[in-house]
Amino acid sequence: MIGAIDLQVGVDAVSFGALFAVMALGLALLFGVMRLMNFAYGELIMVGGYTMYYTRDFGALPMILITIVVVVFVSVLMELIAFRPVRHAAPVTLLITSFAVSFGLQQVAFMTVAKGRQKGVEPYPWLTDQHHIAGLRLSNLDILTLLVAAGLLIGMTLLLKRTTIGIQLRASTEDYQMAQLVGIRGNRVISFAFAITGLLAAAVCILFVLRTGSLSATMGVTPLLIAFVGGAIGGLGSLTGAALGGFTLGVVINSIQSSLPVDLSGYTLMFAFLFVIVVLVIAPSGLLDLTRRVWSAATTRFEVLNRRAA
Amino acid sequence: MLRIEDLTVAYGRVRAVTGLTMHVEEGEFVGVVGHNGAGKTSILMTIVGTQRPAEGSISYEEQDITRRSPDDILRMGISLVPEGRRIFARLTVGENVRIGGHARRDRAAVAKDLERLRERFPVLAEKWDRSGGELSGGEQQQLAIARALVSAPKLLLLDEPTLGLAPLMVDRVFEILEELHAEGRTILLVEQNAKRTIEAADRTYVMRSGGQIQFQGTSRELSEMSDFETAYIGMAGDGAR
Repeated sequence: MIGAIDLQVGVDAVSFGALFAVMALGLALLFGVMRLMNFAYGELIMVGGYTMYYTRDFGALPMILITIVVVVFVSVLMELIAFRPVRHAAPVTLLITSFAVSFGLQQVAFMTVAKGRQKGVEPYPWLTDQHHIAGLRLSNLDILTLLVAAGLLIGMTLLLKRTTIGIQLRASTEDYQMAQLVGIRGNRVISFAFAITGLLAAAVCILFVLRTGSLSATMGVTPLLIAFVGGAIGGLGSLTGAALGGFTLGVVINSIQSSLPVDLSGYTLMFAFLFVIVVLVIAPSGLLDLTRRVWSAATTRFEVLNRRAA
Repeated sequence: MLRIEDLTVAYGRVRAVTGLTMHVEEGEFVGVVGHNGAGKTSILMTIVGTQRPAEGSISYEEQDITRRSPDDILRMGISLVPEGRRIFARLTVGENVRIGGHARRDRAAVAKDLERLRERFPVLAEKWDRSGGELSGGEQQQLAIARALVSAPKLLLLDEPTLGLAPLMVDRVFEILEELHAEGRTILLVEQNAKRTIEAADRTYVMRSGGQIQFQGTSRELSEMSDFETAYIGMAGDGAR
């Protein structure tokens, strides 16, 4: 019984972690290409949430498609209007710009769509239908979340590894100036990165809103914070590292949430960030770097033992 | 082919290059040597468009390229092998080489060039699917040259390609450059290894601090200059082996 409960918590945590892996990947993509920590990324989730609200009567598929198109469009527009003019400025200017865009969008939302009564998107009843698989309760939404997150992570991996634009993105992430020197068009790659970021934000937004239902002008702030911190512990300089960090933090938060007594549940993030501090003390360069170092030490040790045995 | 007129490059108040005028003709192998801080790298970075000049102009095949973007300049036929190689360590060797050809539209010709490069650099062909970061310094230098060549440049710029390499690899790099020159490629080589550069190049500019030309000429002309020897010996002690 206890094993089944643990497994149930594990499945929920993995599903939650996968969402943050997707979100951290979006942040890392922009950080890599532009050295931009885009705090306005959370507002893309808010834009998506309200798009879902205003298109909820069109049916599930049109609502999802319109939300994706709108969020991708706003993301690309954000780059064109706010970030392109300051692209060559100091990192701190980019950071301040991203705060300005974030607060600006929140204020616009407060004055328009978030004004008046609390808005929300009612979850579709079929999403809460539950299946009992090997003693686990899995709702359609859990399955959808896992499938979408896995699909996006696999899709992103294929895109980055197999396509020309993906290779250009990886090269730009590593050394943007050198990428330009080998003929990669900076504007094209950056616009593409923002479009991909928009797509990832739209997917996260749809899954979040279908799960929680409630909307607010600041609804993107907490997911952004978790994805940002997760990305940082994984290593924002590496796409894999960021996804790993986002996933780990998502899993940790969900596990803490389900293990804490009810009167301590309000302190979930405090415990999660304590975990982050411990990770950063042990592995200041990120989890991926730590994994590599542990792997390298283990293989060296294995080789030494093998040689001794021989 | 390339004309630099009265070029001044400044970083804030510090002038790295002052009033520089130089030229490279088609098919020529031109060297630029000088001490650290003589502005050699700044000249190349300004040619390829990553550094804006404070004054002066650069023209290439009769077109002003002074304020063009780096990717435009590459598409016009100028490719740089940068200082420190700057290969993409997380990309495979194959991806590193192929990425150099992304700006070209003639896919079939790119495929042929890739094949030729694999023959020219067998060490890269052997490690085609390994990540660039796993290569030794000399192999990375060959990778950086291969990446530049796959863009089919009419003018190849190289910034200190032998820096930090073992003597055998230095020989290999100069061997490659001489092969490329023999094939008719135009080369502008910036180096601290003055002796080897002057020997290999058709003409060499010798820079002094502040980015001004102190001497220029062929290997023979430079050796005949009475005051060149003093300056050159100083330079040879620094960088030339």
